[in-house]
Amino acid sequence: MELFEDDPAPGGGNAPGNAHEYTVSELSGAVKRVIEGQFDRVRVRGEVGRVSRPSSGHMYFDLKDDRSVIAAVSWKGQVARMQVRPEEGMEVIATGRMTTFPGQSKYQLIVDDVEPAGAGALMAMLEKRRQALAAEGLFAPDRKQPIPFLPQVIGVVTSPSGAVIRDILHRLRDRFPRRVLIWPVAVQGQACAPEVARAIRGFNALAPGGAIPRPDLIIVARGGGSLEDLWGFNEEVVVRAAADSQIPLISAVGHETDTTLIDFAADRRAPTPTAAAEMAVPVRMELLARVNEGGTRMARAMTHRGQMRAQRLVDLSRGLGRPQALTAPARQRFDLWSDRLGPALRALTGRKREQFGPVAALVRPDLLRLFIRREQAAIDKLGARLGPALGRLRDEAARRNRDARARLDDLSDRLALAPRARLDALGERLDRLDRMRQTLGYTETLRRGYAVVRGPDGLITARAQAAGQTALEIEFHDGRLSVLPAGESDGAPAPQRPRKPGAGKSGSGKSGAGKPPPDQGSLF
Amino acid sequence: MTDIAAMTFEDAMKELEAVVGQLERGEVPLDRSIALYERGAALKAHCARLLRDAEERVEKITLGENGQPTGSTPVEGL
Repeated sequence: MELFEDDPAPGGGNAPGNAHEYTVSELSGAVKRVIEGQFDRVRVRGEVGRVSRPSSGHMYFDLKDDRSVIAAVSWKGQVARMQVRPEEGMEVIATGRMTTFPGQSKYQLIVDDVEPAGAGALMAMLEKRRQALAAEGLFAPDRKQPIPFLPQVIGVVTSPSGAVIRDILHRLRDRFPRRVLIWPVAVQGQACAPEVARAIRGFNALAPGGAIPRPDLIIVARGGGSLEDLWGFNEEVVVRAAADSQIPLISAVGHETDTTLIDFAADRRAPTPTAAAEMAVPVRMELLARVNEGGTRMARAMTHRGQMRAQRLVDLSRGLGRPQALTAPARQRFDLWSDRLGPALRALTGRKREQFGPVAALVRPDLLRLFIRREQAAIDKLGARLGPALGRLRDEAARRNRDARARLDDLSDRLALAPRARLDALGERLDRLDRMRQTLGYTETLRRGYAVVRGPDGLITARAQAAGQTALEIEFHDGRLSVLPAGESDGAPAPQRPRKPGAGKSGSGKSGAGKPPPDQGSLF
Repeated sequence: MTDIAAMTFEDAMKELEAVVGQLERGEVPLDRSIALYERGAALKAHCARLLRDAEERVEKITLGENGQPTGSTPVEGL
């Protein structure tokens, strides 16, 4: 200190001209040595101001009170070891050593530990964090999952040594022995929060049916301790891991009065590890008793119902009575009436016979004879009227017969005459027509002195044609004559070959005879 | 009807109690009550089997260097 407070005035120890001349670095180094020497290790109480944490991992923050500010630095390794991280506005006691930063003419505190200044401050910070996480909805009631009634595998996140796991296993053994997987973690100190968070996520990450069975319930447990001891269970990573857990989670951290933030995120909070075991499983013996009781009650109910129905059946069949009782009245009535049947018939026949007697007395032979005589007289009278009636009928029939006959004769005469008159008229007309036809045909021409000459091959109309013929036929009006041409005559008559047999016969009925040959027209 | 073998203890127990109640109140006809009784008996057997299967096994997760679980080892004496 004296170094800085030396009187530089003349007359002092050092002449002004002899004053030591520092370089900037030398002076900075000297200052650094003085400060580090004087404040080797200090505890400073103050409020945390602006906090910054660049990617280097170091943490820069201010510590301040109402008048002054000191810059503070925590290196990466120191930050990692801190139980409580400084947060803006937090009242803390920081422990560290003073140094300078010559590059900026700055003095600063290298902080290796920060503790909240008093429990009240820590609680205030906890409350602030709780509210922030609650605002995110991590503690919402609708996130809570029901605890399974009878989990098969229970995952316990705790220290593998110590009373807590013993308490849990002991209580489980009493109630309902189960398969338990212990995920060993540090339950206090720096490693606590990350290990607990990793354990919760690790259990969730186990695949169902894998080599390690996936628990269907997680218990996060720790025994009692100071607020600082339990601090890891207040860390955000732990709270978030618990809130994200798909497996239902029971938190059992500290004693009943200790509340950590994991309790808010857990699906159930148990006041103690033992209580967590009680929540986890039911009491096996009670259940066995209940199941057996159910079976017994069921059997009893069945038996009871069977007996009741059997009794009811007996009652009803008793009410039904003996079958003979049903038929007895009918039988009695039958007996009564069947006894009266025989006498009744006899009485009836007697009565009918009495009615028949007088009628039978009336039936006598002369009564029938009288009847026959009367009918005979009626028949005779009718017979006498039959003869004359028949005569009249015959006369009448004969008269009708005569009249009909006369009309028939008249009609048959007229019938005989009618067709002949018609035939005569038709014959006359036919003759007339035939005469007309003859006057028009070539035969009439023959009558006037012409003739037709034919050879064996047909009609001959020229001398040259006739010259080569062996025989000729000449037709006159009254018949045909075969002739031989004089020049070539050998004295034998030519055979008559009537090639056109009907050609000259007028008025014959043969087909084609009435028509002249087609080439006849050349004669005219 | 759900398969009894796949039922949790709690569900099986609930149904067993319902069956007992129905039989005791006598609200089912006789022929159905027999089927109901048989189902009740199966439920009871299932529950009893689940309760009988009360084996304690305590294992500790072993962790690799990266903090991931590598397996589990039995724990004795806790």
